[in-house]
Amino acid sequence: MLKRTASKKQVSSGLPLAAKWRRDWQMVLLMIPGVLFLLAFFYLPVLGNVVAFQDFQPYLGIMHSEWNGFTNFISLYDNPDFWDALRNTLLLAGVQLLLFFPVPIGLALIVDSLVSNRLRRWFQTIAYLPHFLSWVLVVTLFQQSLGGAGFINNLLRQAGLDPIPFMTNPDTFPLLVVAQLIWKDAGWAMIIFLAALTTVDVSLYEAAAADGAGRWRRMWHITLPSLRTVIVLLLILRIGDILSVGFEQFILQRDSVGPGAAEVLDTFTYYAGVVGGDWSSGAAAGLAKGVVGALLLWGANSLAHRLGEPGIFQRRS
Amino acid sequence: MRPVWKENPSPGYQAIKAVILGGFALVIVVPILVVISTSLASDKDIIDAGGYVLWPSHPTLKAYQTLFSGGLMGRAIMVSVFVTLVGTAIALAVTIALAYATSRPVLFGRPVLLMVLFTLLFAPGIIPMFLVVKQLGLLDSLWSLILPGALGAFNFVVLRTFFMNVPGELLESARIDGASDFTILRQIIMPLSKAVIAVVGLFYAVGFWNAFFNALLYLNDTSKWPVQVILRTYVLQGKSLSADQLGVEPLPQPQSLQMAVVVVALVPIAMVYPFLQRHFTKGVITGAVKG
Repeated sequence: MLKRTASKKQVSSGLPLAAKWRRDWQMVLLMIPGVLFLLAFFYLPVLGNVVAFQDFQPYLGIMHSEWNGFTNFISLYDNPDFWDALRNTLLLAGVQLLLFFPVPIGLALIVDSLVSNRLRRWFQTIAYLPHFLSWVLVVTLFQQSLGGAGFINNLLRQAGLDPIPFMTNPDTFPLLVVAQLIWKDAGWAMIIFLAALTTVDVSLYEAAAADGAGRWRRMWHITLPSLRTVIVLLLILRIGDILSVGFEQFILQRDSVGPGAAEVLDTFTYYAGVVGGDWSSGAAAGLAKGVVGALLLWGANSLAHRLGEPGIFQRRS
Repeated sequence: MRPVWKENPSPGYQAIKAVILGGFALVIVVPILVVISTSLASDKDIIDAGGYVLWPSHPTLKAYQTLFSGGLMGRAIMVSVFVTLVGTAIALAVTIALAYATSRPVLFGRPVLLMVLFTLLFAPGIIPMFLVVKQLGLLDSLWSLILPGALGAFNFVVLRTFFMNVPGELLESARIDGASDFTILRQIIMPLSKAVIAVVGLFYAVGFWNAFFNALLYLNDTSKWPVQVILRTYVLQGKSLSADQLGVEPLPQPQSLQMAVVVVALVPIAMVYPFLQRHFTKGVITGAVKG
């Protein structure tokens, strides 16, 4: 570590630009494609957000469309559909935080306490898999299992019972969405907690056991505190991302449940902008979401610093 | 490996754990198995079972033959394979080059690094992204699925962290022997990081294979639809695959055909994944901790 900072000092000091260029031109060349991609597909679209402040007309383009200041944001403020989308987003994010977030922690604690390594590997292999399936596939699998003609309802019908509308009931939609999220990602999210658990100092457990702490006391006073940093980190990330509850998942189910329950900020942006042709309103909603998300992330991170946790952006010197 | 006193396996606790983990695993595995079985089942099996088959008693590949015998699905598979292979190759090349160049204290390294890290904070939004893709003339072109996804900040961080941990002395000695940065990257860095590169490659490949929304957004031309969009249109939304779209006449039991589409979307991932699975933890942790 020390060595690296020392060599960095040497680099930044001394050498004139021409000499650095002679030494580094190949490295600079290697950066060029990546920088071009960043400019084209990140920084250019970020600048493209100016259409949120325009009365954007596709055939006029950005350069010739009229500027209209904050009009789009004000009309957004008066648009009940936007508020519905915001309400749904926050509701779904809340349900996700409450019901999804603890699951991987719980799974990791159980898996970590398994005595058999082979069982553990088996379970991990199965539990990671759904993370790699697309949302289309996950929603399809849910529909085939729980849908009106799906195989659970088939069984119910064969048993002479009434089918249950799991997939189309707007009232229980948040629960369905969380169930899908848990199915897809709870196993994957467990990885990071498992890794944190392997770093716990074993002598702590030894000492506690020698002092007569039972299974549960050891978990409460040693295991959970050692997960604290990771838990805080992931909570911050989740808060920064709270307005992105997942896009594909909702666009895929919006038709069957109805926009009343499944419209979130991202789908609102898509339907208003791309489908409805109201580019400026869509961009305004998207920009508002992006800015609020970045602020939330930054705020949550500084709060974590104040509480003495490392958070995500440590001051790197 | 694990200290005995940490856990005195008591039958009660063991049973509870087995039930929880076993249940979770079953809920994952059973729907996938049912889908695969149903895709392999004969019409008679499906009718007997009332729609879904747990174990096909007369397995047949008829649904797959119909699917692959041309038309929409054949093209969709070609599209998805092309996008996945070319996309992953480009993305890996771009990301490896950028990650290596910023992993050493060099000219412009710092500002470029900050440029990448900023993308982790803020998403540009759907509408401006669409406008840019349109302006670049990529609408209705397969490049619209490939180019915007060619640099993922998370994958960049994973690779860069790994490259930074390659000892500097090794690179110094290579340089003294006259190796250029290109040579060092190709002959020292890349062979040393094969496992991580494979994992990052898998992450990219999965992203390209699963691309659904970008395809919906940027491609109007049905002949360019990838597998995921077909899956959505004909299985999830239940639009019927008419004979001319498939390019064949009599259809088998639609149920098995639909499930065959699901399996086609699923299988490539299920095949690559076991080989890379043991490297996941390392990749994910380096990315998450240093991000």
